[in-house]
Amino acid sequence: MSVRIRVERRLTQPVWIEAFIPLFSIVMALVTGSIFLAVLGAPPLQAYNAMFRASMGDWLGIRDTLVKAIPLMTAGVGVTLAFKMSVWNIGATGQIIIGALATTAAVRYVYVDNRFVMFWLMFLAAVLAGGGWAAMAGYLKARWNVNEIITTLMLNYIALQLLYYFVYGPWRDPASLGFPMTTPFPPAARLPFLGTGRIHLGLIIALVLGVIFWLVFRFTRWGYEIRVMGESPRTARFAGMDYVKNVVLVMFLSGAIAGIAGMGEVAGLTGRLQHGFTAEYGYTAIIVAWLARLHPLTVILVAFLIGALHVGGEVLQIVMRLPLASTQMLQGLILFFILGGEFFRRYRIRFHTGEKE
Amino acid sequence: MKKTIVLLLAVAVFLFGSNAFAFDPIPEDELQVGFVYVGPVGDGGWSYMHDLSRQAVEEAYPGITTSYVESVEEGPDAVRVMETFVRQGFQLIFATSFGFMDQVIEVAEQNPDVVFMHCSGYRTAENVGVYFGRMYQARYLSGLVAGSMTETNTIGFVAAHPIPEVIRGINAFTRGVRAVNPDAVVRVIWLYSWFDPGKESEATMALVDAGADVIAMHADSGAAPLAAEEAGVYVVGYNNDMSGYAPTRHLTAPIWDWGVVTTRVVGQVIEGTWQSENIWWGMDAGIVDLAPFGDMVPEEVRTLVEEERSRIVNGEWDVFWGPVADQDGNIRVAEGKRMSDEELLSFSWYVQGVEGEIPSN
Repeated sequence: MSVRIRVERRLTQPVWIEAFIPLFSIVMALVTGSIFLAVLGAPPLQAYNAMFRASMGDWLGIRDTLVKAIPLMTAGVGVTLAFKMSVWNIGATGQIIIGALATTAAVRYVYVDNRFVMFWLMFLAAVLAGGGWAAMAGYLKARWNVNEIITTLMLNYIALQLLYYFVYGPWRDPASLGFPMTTPFPPAARLPFLGTGRIHLGLIIALVLGVIFWLVFRFTRWGYEIRVMGESPRTARFAGMDYVKNVVLVMFLSGAIAGIAGMGEVAGLTGRLQHGFTAEYGYTAIIVAWLARLHPLTVILVAFLIGALHVGGEVLQIVMRLPLASTQMLQGLILFFILGGEFFRRYRIRFHTGEKE
Repeated sequence: MKKTIVLLLAVAVFLFGSNAFAFDPIPEDELQVGFVYVGPVGDGGWSYMHDLSRQAVEEAYPGITTSYVESVEEGPDAVRVMETFVRQGFQLIFATSFGFMDQVIEVAEQNPDVVFMHCSGYRTAENVGVYFGRMYQARYLSGLVAGSMTETNTIGFVAAHPIPEVIRGINAFTRGVRAVNPDAVVRVIWLYSWFDPGKESEATMALVDAGADVIAMHADSGAAPLAAEEAGVYVVGYNNDMSGYAPTRHLTAPIWDWGVVTTRVVGQVIEGTWQSENIWWGMDAGIVDLAPFGDMVPEEVRTLVEEERSRIVNGEWDVFWGPVADQDGNIRVAEGKRMSDEELLSFSWYVQGVEGEIPSN
């Protein structure tokens, strides 16, 4: 007697599997991680408990996690939009930077001492700049079929150099003793905080964007067209959909949303543009979008979980005295298992027992 | 800018003079000390040396608990990390990068019972002290070695951020180079990063291609010495003895010993005698020094460095005592004059012998 294992594509995906597989993947990642933790001399349950309590256990933890998650949510929705159309926008990082630069430019050059007016000025600047930056790559793709993975990636580096130029050069705070940062934004140019913490208006913007694009893809004709163009450009062309125009438009919107994330970081969180401005969110947002399977509402949830992993990871260092690498390993395990779980969502494994034919 | 500095000094004097604020003693076995590092603790340079100072504290006071978080970005992340330390009951926090400055002040304001020590910044408060060392003194000595060893008269300098601290170091190094070799020039490549081993080694190769036969550096990792060893050029390390990265090419290195400060501060916090202060100690205090020479450094160079070293340690002379000329040869500090600490802390021009421009204002 022999056992044969056969991998078959699932024809239907039962509802229970949608929820069960990701959860099971996380549990398996934690189980595997606990082996590593035990080897490092950290009691696994105590470590997980510390991580959970620090990132979601109380209001301060949730606040820290949300702050970390805001740019991930926003930029995550942005790249999701492009990915739906199979346009691979890898440039959220650059678009975030450009959005932050445009926000700072608005504060410096068209400052109005009114919170409401200033918000819309910054918003408009971030949207136009971030969107325009991404639309360049969109146009190159539409017009000459230039690979957008390459162009968006390379535009990231240009954006970074522009950031350096401004913070080291013309926008450097004269009182900073030469350290690369701008003067602090005046109060009217700061996004309002929600409650007492440092959660800013960016959270609401992220949630609204998530809901809007969920509705767009679910209920509008344009959303449907984008999906068709993403899944089958030929079909779309036969159906008379304007691929060229929509590539540019989708890239613009995708970049504009990343630009808004940049605005949130400088006008909401730091209150000034500085060298250490973290735009690495742009890359993490890609992971967020995929983990969320390009679902705008799931993006919000996944971004929160990734934020929690980050915040909880620090506590592992402080409380359990583990090196940074061990927390990164845990984060990596969780991503690995979730992506691996995707396989079981789409395929089933059958064990056949019986005589060989 | 002058005004700001004057104001800051006034505030500092007021704080030191007032003596109003005192902290209760904390028994050694209850004290928890946190360290915030900008790079990975295994960077083999800046953060590594700070971690040695954490270990020095543990050794000197075996009862206390220490902990650290590494690779913390200069920005909002630093606030969260320090707040987490506070929430976990830590009473003393060392923040070890310039870019944590505003964040230290922010967290310190909300937690007046916690003592913060910020390395390399200038903002103090009742519960925030700052500490740094006069690294430029050791850099000058390393410049004497580099200037003696170069044959092409071109020396490369791999530099992190164009801020006064780094510019001061390049200038001091160049003063050393020119003291023994008036024909030599120093070329600078800026990384715009404290820790980026890839860029550090690329910059090293670029400088070698441009004719440099000695490389000096101000960056956090050992990547530049590693690349110099491979390229077959001499190298002056930084932060710690980097001869491990360049066993046959390492001339020497200006090095830190932060343990001098951390053990003292921890002792004061335990006794309840700690008060905010602005520490900017020199080579005489042992906070900066020179790593052992490589075998290739000739005897007469060693003797010269030793002589200059004792002049600095004894206070007979210092690196930026006039005359100091700028790049164009204009005397910026006249003979008999000395640059003040404020001028040193806001250094924004190159001395004679440095090629290129400071990325700009």
